[in-house]
Amino acid sequence: MAKIYVANRQIVRPGDLLAEGEDVKAGEYTYRIGSKIYSTILGLANVDNGNVSIIPLEGVALPKEGDTVIGLIVGVGITNWIVDIRAPYKAILNASEALESFNPITDDLRRYLDIGDYIVAKIIVFDRTRNPMLTIKGKGLGKITEGIVIEIKPSRVPRVIGKKKTMLNTLTEMTGCNIVVGQNGRIWIRCPNKHLEDILVRAIKKIEDEAHIPGLTDRVKKFIEEEKKRLGL
Amino acid sequence: MNLEKPILIREDGLRHDGRKPDELRPIRIEVGVLSNADGSALVEFGRTKVVAAVYGPREIHPKHMTLPDRALIRCRYHMAPFSTSDRKSPAPSRREIELSKVIREALEASIFTELFPRTTIDVFIEVLQADGGTRTAGLTAASLAVADAGIPMRDLIAAVAVGKVDGVLVLDIDELEDEYGEADMPMAMMPSLNQIVLLQLNGVLTREEFMKAIELGKKGIMEIYRMQKEALSKKYLQYPEVE
Repeated sequence: MAKIYVANRQIVRPGDLLAEGEDVKAGEYTYRIGSKIYSTILGLANVDNGNVSIIPLEGVALPKEGDTVIGLIVGVGITNWIVDIRAPYKAILNASEALESFNPITDDLRRYLDIGDYIVAKIIVFDRTRNPMLTIKGKGLGKITEGIVIEIKPSRVPRVIGKKKTMLNTLTEMTGCNIVVGQNGRIWIRCPNKHLEDILVRAIKKIEDEAHIPGLTDRVKKFIEEEKKRLGL
Repeated sequence: MNLEKPILIREDGLRHDGRKPDELRPIRIEVGVLSNADGSALVEFGRTKVVAAVYGPREIHPKHMTLPDRALIRCRYHMAPFSTSDRKSPAPSRREIELSKVIREALEASIFTELFPRTTIDVFIEVLQADGGTRTAGLTAASLAVADAGIPMRDLIAAVAVGKVDGVLVLDIDELEDEYGEADMPMAMMPSLNQIVLLQLNGVLTREEFMKAIELGKKGIMEIYRMQKEALSKKYLQYPEVE
């Protein structure tokens, strides 16, 4: 007999009993002892079809293969760059994943990317036993040369994107800014003017602060409208 | 200093501070008190006041401490120089090194370290004001700080000390009761799993007293556990409701 003790979107804490029964699937951030399923983390319960998982409210983002992340160059080697992707592991970007042809004897990697540069990159390999490998070959990837990069808690990234990208589309349409969200909680924005950039940054901050309260998209819409009116845009 | 032993159990059966034998001190718990740490908590048991901060999982320095299959937990329990009536030297004492170890081992039992190989989780516990039960308050705070940092764990850890003073088993002993009592038994549990993660005993208890003391401790721990969970939820309920 499956019994689920939590409501969808309820706040759960480590050690909370979520469900009981052999046929309930223990999803992400839960664990099972016998027939009982417990929470391991502070987050919101996600009850779906008799299965439970948890959406975390805090915590670092572990890299996943295929994730698009925004990285900061922190080191330059002979044939690679060391990149900070806000994970517990430093990422490696090999020259072969950035340049078409490259000769380490005659070329200096600093000419292409130097310390302090931001890049949009994709994680190609990561298995926790070795540091993640990045690539900047591909559509939408590469060095960031304009706009600004802001940081939010990585656990809030799904809310900035929204279900089927609703939130992201709302932000893009209402401010006219170009937004790239990295899975590691860095967001690259390019805006037509300073006022819109300011509104967008504050809207994203609002999403970060109120991620766990329902009706977020409508509140953000209202916020942007009011701010635009106030500034006469 | 007092040379004469004070009266610890009064004629009416209450303790020197007016508590019943099975009564905790007033407890205050707050989560997320430090903005620079990934997770933090402040815990007060009466006049004992402890703050805990957690950083990580993050890269290990120095690199040679790396564990290939799990996260390394480093723990520092420290008493501030101003935490006692006589100034305490800020250098780590033998006692503080031992407490850091037992607290670290209790945390290791609760955290899923295998999820973050080659990283470290740093736990700092700072005693701001000491009045007995600092290791239990410290562990209670540290566990909350780990939860606040979003690190997966089996359960929160709640801790309390049980003591024997003037022949009576009492819950959550303070400095005075510890100094003049017959026994001091700090204990910590993961309450949902009914597992003990820290148990020390200083003094003498009979077998029967020991079993009774465990039961008494469990009762206190369940109460602290409830307050810990309340404090964690509160962090996300404090935002004003938006129409």
